[in-house]
Amino acid sequence: MAFPAPFQNYALGDAYDEMFAAPAAPREQFQALYDRLQELPLAELRRRKHTADQAFLNQGITFTLSGRDEGMERIIPHDLLPRIITGAEWAVIETGLTQRIQALNEFLRDIYTDGHILNDKVVPRDIIFSCKHFRREMRGVQVPKDIYVTVVGTDLIRTPAGEFVVLEDNLRVPSGVSYMLTSRQVMKRAFPELFQTCDVRPIDHYGQALLATLREQAPDNRSDPTVVLLSPGVYNSAYFEHSYLARQMGVQLVEGRDLVVHDNIVHMRTTGGLRRVDVIYRRIDDDFIDPLSFRPDSILGVPGLFNAYRTGNVTLANAIGSGVADDKALYAYVPQIIRYYTGRDPILNQVETFLCSKPKQLQHVMENIGSLVVKAVGESGGYGMLIGPHSSKAEREDFLARIQAEPRNYIAQPTISISTAPCFIGGSGVEPRHVDLRPYILHGEKTTIVPGGLTRVALRKGSLVVNSSQGGGSKDTWVLN
Amino acid sequence: MDMLSRVADSLYWMSRYLERAEHIARVLEVYLSEQLEEYTGDDNNRWRTVVESIGLQAPDDLVEEDVGHWMAFDLSNQSSIVACIMSARDNARQVREQISSEMWEHLNRLFHRVRAASTTEDWSADQHEFLTEVKEGAHLFQGITDSTMNHGEGWHFIQLGRFMERAVSVSELIKVHFREHIPADDEEHHEGGDLLKSCTAFEAYCKVYTADFKPLRISEFLLLNREFPHSICFAIDQVEVSLKALPQSADRRVGDRALRLVGKLKAMLSFSQIDEIMAIGLPVFLAEIDRQCNQIHIALHQIYIEYPVETAIQF
Repeated sequence: MAFPAPFQNYALGDAYDEMFAAPAAPREQFQALYDRLQELPLAELRRRKHTADQAFLNQGITFTLSGRDEGMERIIPHDLLPRIITGAEWAVIETGLTQRIQALNEFLRDIYTDGHILNDKVVPRDIIFSCKHFRREMRGVQVPKDIYVTVVGTDLIRTPAGEFVVLEDNLRVPSGVSYMLTSRQVMKRAFPELFQTCDVRPIDHYGQALLATLREQAPDNRSDPTVVLLSPGVYNSAYFEHSYLARQMGVQLVEGRDLVVHDNIVHMRTTGGLRRVDVIYRRIDDDFIDPLSFRPDSILGVPGLFNAYRTGNVTLANAIGSGVADDKALYAYVPQIIRYYTGRDPILNQVETFLCSKPKQLQHVMENIGSLVVKAVGESGGYGMLIGPHSSKAEREDFLARIQAEPRNYIAQPTISISTAPCFIGGSGVEPRHVDLRPYILHGEKTTIVPGGLTRVALRKGSLVVNSSQGGGSKDTWVLN
Repeated sequence: MDMLSRVADSLYWMSRYLERAEHIARVLEVYLSEQLEEYTGDDNNRWRTVVESIGLQAPDDLVEEDVGHWMAFDLSNQSSIVACIMSARDNARQVREQISSEMWEHLNRLFHRVRAASTTEDWSADQHEFLTEVKEGAHLFQGITDSTMNHGEGWHFIQLGRFMERAVSVSELIKVHFREHIPADDEEHHEGGDLLKSCTAFEAYCKVYTADFKPLRISEFLLLNREFPHSICFAIDQVEVSLKALPQSADRRVGDRALRLVGKLKAMLSFSQIDEIMAIGLPVFLAEIDRQCNQIHIALHQIYIEYPVETAIQF
């Protein structure tokens, strides 16, 4: 059976397709969208696409590539069609991520205090101590309610078998949640009729949930705590998101220069005098947060902040040093970590990973580099990565040399054909493109995941790289009731 | 919610820079149109005076033909119109979420237009249009600000920036003008018309005094008139209004200082008469205004922006 218009160029490949089980046979959750797309004339789709893009531009939903030059602000490419997940699929994701994040939080508490998991040799010590995100300074620091990670963005991919698996965790300063929220606003205007028929679960309460999670971590249970969002400033690529979240929560958006530490108490400078700050949702990396404790050349940070934190007078979310748990080499041990702390098997599987620091696995990587994806452990955003099947001989040789020079720095994974979802391409029709999914997890006394997430799309045909810095786009994610 | 000191500072400077851009556009336009008629023909250094009247020093290699371009577009001149609008926009960008999106969009658009104009080869054909655009752009921004932003603390810092800059720049303009022209009291003073136009005061003056340009009256109008929005007295009245609307400073001793200073200046402007001012000498009086404005500016900064941490800690 052939695809009807506008799906005339839709070709199903090896990858799992989110929409179609077979040509012209949409999965149940996509039926309404499928029907609607055939009714709407192309011109109408183009009009809706234009309106949506305009809405992003007018609201200033942009990201900056780098530098402060004019014209560097861009809107993140946005696809018009939603990616739809059933309630049953979501239930698995939700329980799986909750289990994973609680285990990782417990792991952080353990390695920064007693180190049981290291003594029991479940995770080798050297992998922790050689990780550049491990902060020796955090040893023995009392973290309020033992909450090390507050906001997590975990990247999931769907394998050809249709199973959601974890690709990586982001436990430092995950970004992109503003795209999830604004994209939903835009989509409500683009497809109001579908929202009614599909019964889409709402995500608008993210701001309140984030604020509530931050407030419950206030030091000494201070009543009516003051929460602020600490941003590196307007030249940061995610500044739009920082200011958007601050507005959604109704908290001050501060920069390092707005804060002063006196007697280990953090204050912000306001026109009415100094105001005590209790909880800082920080969007600055560990390295830059306090020039007295970490990088002395940082001008973004707040001198003395770490000491105030260590004294317990202020809460930082996420905690300093949480990045050790999203190290790509540690990732290989996460299933064991989950078993160790929960006594159960992981609900969500993850991608098989070869550690180049292990001689046997290194050999496997060397021999099979053409079919593997190689990643530098400390990099993110799609940088420092080699996709074997799409690489040239010179690139592979370059990577082999780099791996041999610093094996600890590299891991490899099999190349997975991640799932595809329908996208409105070039104003002329609907075609499949590869997608991933990043749900945002709020972890406090309880764990909250708003139903949905950021679906990132590799808009270039055939490409598997979804990062916005590498030409990726985003689309709205609908979780149905 | 309390306002961050950094935000207040950016709003203040955004507003000052924009006021300054508008002021320079006005002065430049008057100069350029007066050039066309050349009734001051014998005075070859007229353009130097114009540069000084906006508080600048012309660089040695600047020649008469380039002065318009230098005042409007030269980025090495920190007070060129383009540089001022750029600084206003930079400040606005730092506090984009604190101002209304209409304000930001308008200022951003103005900036892009002005920058586009600065790259055209020959601007002399469009001088008038360009300067009008800047003036209207600044007026429109004020209107948008007044009708789309909460008239809360942030708005008052914008008012403070606008009127502090206005007081200082009008004072500078009068000072330089009457240094060059010291006609006798009863003499007709043609150049006075240009001075008034530089402050958009021509029509307003004529309504009060008719088109009878006497130095004494012109000075009186620009210094002491309570109703004309570009007079120094009016500007200082507005500064006082906004200052009183700001929240009490944590430290009362310094908090009262700004109010005391502005009250003093206001009293000086309210209760002086123009013949007294002439008797002590106009330059002396203007220098006093300048000094006091500067003190108010410093006090504002010390109270709300850069206060020492030690005094602000509440024990």
